[in-house]
Amino acid sequence: MRDYDFGLRRLHSLLGIIPIGLFVTQHLIVNHFATGGEEAFNKASGFMGNLPFVNWLEWFIIYIPLMFHAFFGLYIAFTSKPNVNRYSTYRNWMFLLQRITGVFLVIFIAWHIWQTRIQKALGTEVDFDMMADIFSSPLMVAFYVVGVVSATFHFANGFWSFLVTWGVTQSQRSQRISTYVMTVLFIALSVIGIRAIFAFV
Amino acid sequence: MAEQTAVKEQNTATAKKTVRFDIQRQDTPDSKPYWESFEVEYRPNMNVISALMEIRRNPVNTDGGKTTPINWEMNCLEEVCGACSMIINGRPRQACTALIDNLAQPIKLEPMRTFPVVRDLVVDREVMFDSLKRVKAWIPIDGTYDLGEGPRMPERKRQWAYELSKCMTCGVCLEACPNVNDKTDFIGPALISQVRLFNTHPTGAMNKDERLDALLQDGGLQECGNSQNCVVACPKGIPLTTSIAAMNRSATIHSFKNFFGSDHLVD
Repeated sequence: MRDYDFGLRRLHSLLGIIPIGLFVTQHLIVNHFATGGEEAFNKASGFMGNLPFVNWLEWFIIYIPLMFHAFFGLYIAFTSKPNVNRYSTYRNWMFLLQRITGVFLVIFIAWHIWQTRIQKALGTEVDFDMMADIFSSPLMVAFYVVGVVSATFHFANGFWSFLVTWGVTQSQRSQRISTYVMTVLFIALSVIGIRAIFAFV
Repeated sequence: MAEQTAVKEQNTATAKKTVRFDIQRQDTPDSKPYWESFEVEYRPNMNVISALMEIRRNPVNTDGGKTTPINWEMNCLEEVCGACSMIINGRPRQACTALIDNLAQPIKLEPMRTFPVVRDLVVDREVMFDSLKRVKAWIPIDGTYDLGEGPRMPERKRQWAYELSKCMTCGVCLEACPNVNDKTDFIGPALISQVRLFNTHPTGAMNKDERLDALLQDGGLQECGNSQNCVVACPKGIPLTTSIAAMNRSATIHSFKNFFGSDHLVD
């Protein structure tokens, strides 16, 4: 693996945006249909769930990239030695939070897939009622809110470092402006995601 | 009232002003570190080095026990060699420019544990020298015949590159980096900036592909996690994160050319 480290890291960075980041955005936006009522959500989720070649799409756009990103990400997270007590700068905190949210998301997404996609495979119908049932527990609402905010943070901050990693933003000025843009992206996606959650409660 | 003030003044004049040090010591590379405290008499304008010299003259700790003098490294005493780098009150920096007047007491001194400790505050930074060799941080000018003059370097570019050349390989940015540790082989920010320096030089640029290839090997550029501590920690104010981002762009172009292109050498 060591000889391909550069390629693996760049792949990890790329997959975080395309397709995973795009998928997360799409997923949160489709969920947002729930704010328009049960029927609107069921129509939208029915459309997504009945796309042609849906299993192939799921494997190649979601599961395979996501698993690589998750497991390689765990390796990256656990080989770092965060030191925010020594340098409590904004970027150093972002570095730590990126790793904390990443590790948390591995747990959250595994649980989320178990609760929804695997239940679908076992014969339960994925619809508004399923989510309303899950969110009847306040604990689950809290868990999902933290999960969604972690995901939007990890995506927005990851997008920031993607631009650095690929050499797009080099100057301090461009990196600072990209921080502002990503903060707006983080807030916008979080609002969309949380509004969807509370539409089921 | 007047009397009291006079007494106070007298007390301040006679009371010996001292500086307290808590120093993490280690006798051999493999032995366990331990803490020892020292108190030295304050003198105006003293720095950590002069205090360590004072302790060396009379190595007695605060318990009154005679002990061995503290080992540390120093050389230039003007923050251009990097030899006296150590952790002072939690932050890696050079001891020569650490003025006692600017430090909170007790002053805590520790070795930079990112590197193997030799003894007390002395560390072995050879890994950085090895990395410099690995990324070919030099400009080859030797030939079997006189190669003549190299290409000219624009003056403004030279002035800019001079900032990068201030790097003294002190190791402070490696100590500050969360990704330089015993679980990774990351060569560290300083080395990445050195590749940029030598690839900028018009003669050095004749071998820039070789440096980039070396920089993208195991433990290279890709292990940067963008915590940006390096640029905060660098005592010479080198724009390390800009260098890293610039090398990231070079690496992107270089790796695309390597994979998709053909017969690409040098540029």
